[in-house]
Amino acid sequence: MTSANAAHSVVEPSAVVRRFAGSLVVLYAIITMIPLVWIGLTAFKSPDDAISYPPKVLFKPSLEGFCNLFTTRSRQTPDFIKTLGPPQGLCDSIARSRNMVVAGPSNYVPRFFNSLIIAFGSTVLAVALGTLSAYGFSRFRVPLKGDLLFFILSTRMMPPIAVAIPIYLMYRTVGLSDTRLGMILLYTSVNVSLAVWLLKGFIDEIPREYEEAAMIDGYTRFQAFVKVVLPQATTGIAATAIFCLIFAWNEYAFAVLLTSGNAQTAPPFIPIIIGEGGQDWPAVAAGTTLFLVPIVVFTVLLRKHLLRGITFGAVRK
Amino acid sequence: MAQIRVEALDKSFGAFHAVRAAGFTVEDGQFLCLLGPSGCGKTTTLRMIAGLELPTAGTIRLDGEDVTMNRASARDIAFVFQLFALYPHMNVRRNIGFPLKCEGIGAAECDRRVVEAARILRISHLLDRSVSGLAGGDRQRVALGRAIVRKPKCFLMDEPLGALDTEMREAMIHELRALHDRLGATTVYVTHDQLEAMAMADMIAVMNDGVVEQVATPREIYDRPASLFVADFIGSPPMNFLSFRSGLQSGAQAIRLGERDIAIPAAREALAESDLVLGVRPEHVRFADRGVVRGEVYGSEYLGTTQIVTVTTRYGALKARSPSSISFRIGDNVGLDFRPDTLSIFDKTTGRAIRTALHEGAAHG
Repeated sequence: MTSANAAHSVVEPSAVVRRFAGSLVVLYAIITMIPLVWIGLTAFKSPDDAISYPPKVLFKPSLEGFCNLFTTRSRQTPDFIKTLGPPQGLCDSIARSRNMVVAGPSNYVPRFFNSLIIAFGSTVLAVALGTLSAYGFSRFRVPLKGDLLFFILSTRMMPPIAVAIPIYLMYRTVGLSDTRLGMILLYTSVNVSLAVWLLKGFIDEIPREYEEAAMIDGYTRFQAFVKVVLPQATTGIAATAIFCLIFAWNEYAFAVLLTSGNAQTAPPFIPIIIGEGGQDWPAVAAGTTLFLVPIVVFTVLLRKHLLRGITFGAVRK
Repeated sequence: MAQIRVEALDKSFGAFHAVRAAGFTVEDGQFLCLLGPSGCGKTTTLRMIAGLELPTAGTIRLDGEDVTMNRASARDIAFVFQLFALYPHMNVRRNIGFPLKCEGIGAAECDRRVVEAARILRISHLLDRSVSGLAGGDRQRVALGRAIVRKPKCFLMDEPLGALDTEMREAMIHELRALHDRLGATTVYVTHDQLEAMAMADMIAVMNDGVVEQVATPREIYDRPASLFVADFIGSPPMNFLSFRSGLQSGAQAIRLGERDIAIPAAREALAESDLVLGVRPEHVRFADRGVVRGEVYGSEYLGTTQIVTVTTRYGALKARSPSSISFRIGDNVGLDFRPDTLSIFDKTTGRAIRTALHEGAAHG
């Protein structure tokens, strides 16, 4: 099409519309980003700057928040502090300037580690179970297929926390409360219904001929599934994995209720970091900022699949 | 290579009876087309031979061995799908080599056979390309490559040319037949396109509504259709049908149609008075002023060297193939004659062809 007779296209939006839509998206992105930016900034503020009013946008950056996140400190008299040797590292010197000494590491690292194990563990399990059952529902004549699928979906029809008390009692009885395994099983059971439904859509779109061809060529059904279906379902698996991971990673209510000393994840831990005279906001912000990193990394690694995954199946070929 | 023997094969999906008592034999090295309209059960039959569906009843024998309930992977056959089913996550070389990988064949031998298959199909230059960028014809060649690389007992093809454009299809028809002649592989080929079947097959099995109506050579199917359905399905335009009611003496050489006698191949069976149908191919209709049937020209389709003239008669619209040089005007009153030795007669109730002298050439036709 030449510019001279560029016809009004029904499909392509005009430049004005496109620019307007673009600026709307940018505006929305900025609004969404503000809380994140605010948390990121707060992580580098000193406790005084963090609670000053009006809020400071320009401030002297400090690592005190991160130090307080990773350590526990005890207050000492200045005289006692003078009797100690030179400060051991940056955090110790920051602490000493506030008449405190570092007493030891905080629980943040083990809580973070719990989060990693529980979130990734339940994601792997939910996606694995979801892929297998979605394949079964997609390919075989399952008796009561529609009812079973509806039953699986119906577990999502109430907020999971509605069953918190029974689960709490059950977990106490079977000894799963405050265990990583218990949390993995719990998040898996919540996610697996989502995984089955998402993945069934993806697997339905993969023509049966691929497996049939492989089976005629001498492969068993399971080999055909692994060699032919799985590689083509990667997009769906990746998208499903991200959704499952985000849920398990962010989950707060069950974690508060079911975990404490042993299997506690990061979300219930971060908001209760107490400094002197109340909440230690820079430490909370630092903990939150670091908490975002794994999800960001995982999503960036799989973003190619995610984008296709969300729009997949929306338009029939 | 192997003989395929299908006996009394039945398949129901719930209440739907897809295939009824299908039976035929494909001799070693033969090319058989399963031909029929969509939904006639031809693909289901093929899938049962492949082991992708299990029959409700009946047996399938490969070289005499009963494989009816064997798994597809245990039958040593190759299947070419309409939509090619090339694995999008593999390149051409890996696609063709895929069937060999599970047989535990060494990499060197595997590669040698892939290269040989590619050479036969003239796609050697594409071996390291991704399959997603290939044109339809090349995709089909890759799919064929995957079939021939394993040297299976037989080839099963489910409308392999259905997804190609007309020009490509023409070329592939000849290539497929040449490939068959070269490999001598027993082949069952499903199509709804009679031209494909006519051009390639040694034998055609015409199916309708789950029933095998006739199994015969293309010439036999065309010249001596065994049923009304076959007569109607094969040929473009299809056979003309003139309904009449009459009895038939064995040895009768003519039938009474309206006030006129029409010469037919001598009847070889006797029939009580019943509803019958006279079948005439359009190319066996001749324009003659004193013809046995009169009618008005309704229109004509120009096809180059010939034209199809539609004539409205008291027996319905009849189509005649005539040289384009003759010109007709719409509304012309014309007489039609039929070439006697080619006429078919059917029992209207059962659809079965009545045995006449026409069928006597069958054995050596």
